[in-house]
Amino acid sequence: MALSAADVLAGIKEIVEEVAGIPAASIELDKNFTDDLEVDSLSMVEVVVACEERFGVKIPDEKVTDLATVGDAVNFIVNAAA
Amino acid sequence: MVIKTKSGSESSILSVGVYRPSRLVPNSEIVDAIDSSDEWIVQRTGIESRRIAGDDESVVDMAIGAAEQALVRSKLTIKDIDSVIVATITYPHQAPSAATAVIQRMGNPTAAAFDISAACAGFCYGVAMAHDFVRAGSAKKVLVIGVEKISDFTDPTDRATAFIFADGAGAVVIGETSDAGIGPVEWGSDSENRDAILMNPSWIDVRDTETQLTKADVKWPNITQEGQKVFRWAVFSMSKAALKALDSAGLSVNEIDAFIPHQANVRIIETMAKEMKLPDSVIIADDIRTNGNTSAASIPLAMDALLAKHPELHGKLALLIGYGAGLVYAGQVVKLPPKP
Repeated sequence: MALSAADVLAGIKEIVEEVAGIPAASIELDKNFTDDLEVDSLSMVEVVVACEERFGVKIPDEKVTDLATVGDAVNFIVNAAA
Repeated sequence: MVIKTKSGSESSILSVGVYRPSRLVPNSEIVDAIDSSDEWIVQRTGIESRRIAGDDESVVDMAIGAAEQALVRSKLTIKDIDSVIVATITYPHQAPSAATAVIQRMGNPTAAAFDISAACAGFCYGVAMAHDFVRAGSAKKVLVIGVEKISDFTDPTDRATAFIFADGAGAVVIGETSDAGIGPVEWGSDSENRDAILMNPSWIDVRDTETQLTKADVKWPNITQEGQKVFRWAVFSMSKAALKALDSAGLSVNEIDAFIPHQANVRIIETMAKEMKLPDSVIIADDIRTNGNTSAASIPLAMDALLAKHPELHGKLALLIGYGAGLVYAGQVVKLPPKP
């Protein structure tokens, strides 16, 4: 199922807000999960699993470290779902 | 010819006992070696302090300490015990087992005795086996001991493990009862990820290195862990396994009184509880905050702490789930022991 980048971004905003308590409004494509949003490594795992469930994709552990920014995650999920 | 067989009865946990090493080590004592802070450790793990055993507190010493308290609380003696199972991955002898040292020193040198290696799941594996022994008529009263001295196998400078692991022992006496006090075990493995928690190198590698290099170059088999991989497995697979254990016992989350998972990390415990949708009425064990992650000992230690804090839980239902290196897991519903 093809997903639009806008839908994925909206979903990630909700997930990150829910998991890490970060207001959705401050979550943008160029934000770095660790440096800008202060999502720590364990919260990142929760975000990843929630994304897998919501978007029906697999994000392997070894790929998680490549997802530095929100934009990286959006691109990965859009491509994985394509 | 027909082989005659035996059968036993249902079983329950009759008592729990613990041994907590006397030295309490706060985060402030270990942070310099890992260039960390109390705040960072508490945020990542919930651990504020841990207990570390001294030279006079061996794996067997701690196991006996916990066993003695469990026996006193069940008004039994070691002579009443016919099998002893010790769950540990830190007894520093390949053979004979820690369990045989326990029975010899405690004064019942002829009981059946053996160790099991199921890491942080070891206690729940032991409970499952003891329950099956009693049901099959192979034993009437079994001592199950979870004990670890992981400080002997932890690198104090490893930023992934040094602040997590701790020492201690917990024991339960499992014996015959008319009603079922232990539910069916839900257990298994994810051995594709057996490298996620490791104690490396092997003793053969230690020996061979020692002959080639100076002693300072010999790498000791300290525990290592891939934190994120373990976190993901623990939270998302183990909450499902715990719910299956509940289902096997014919119960729902609303019918249990306590949840006593392996004390791996407060973040794992809290996220599991959220995933499992445990109602607020279920009291969740969090002994890890002050006593660290004691691997096979963590569930009985947490059970003891929970009963001390909430005496009303004696005789009530608790869901246990142990999980760790292997990766292996086991969980079951138990009736908590009666008030001693």
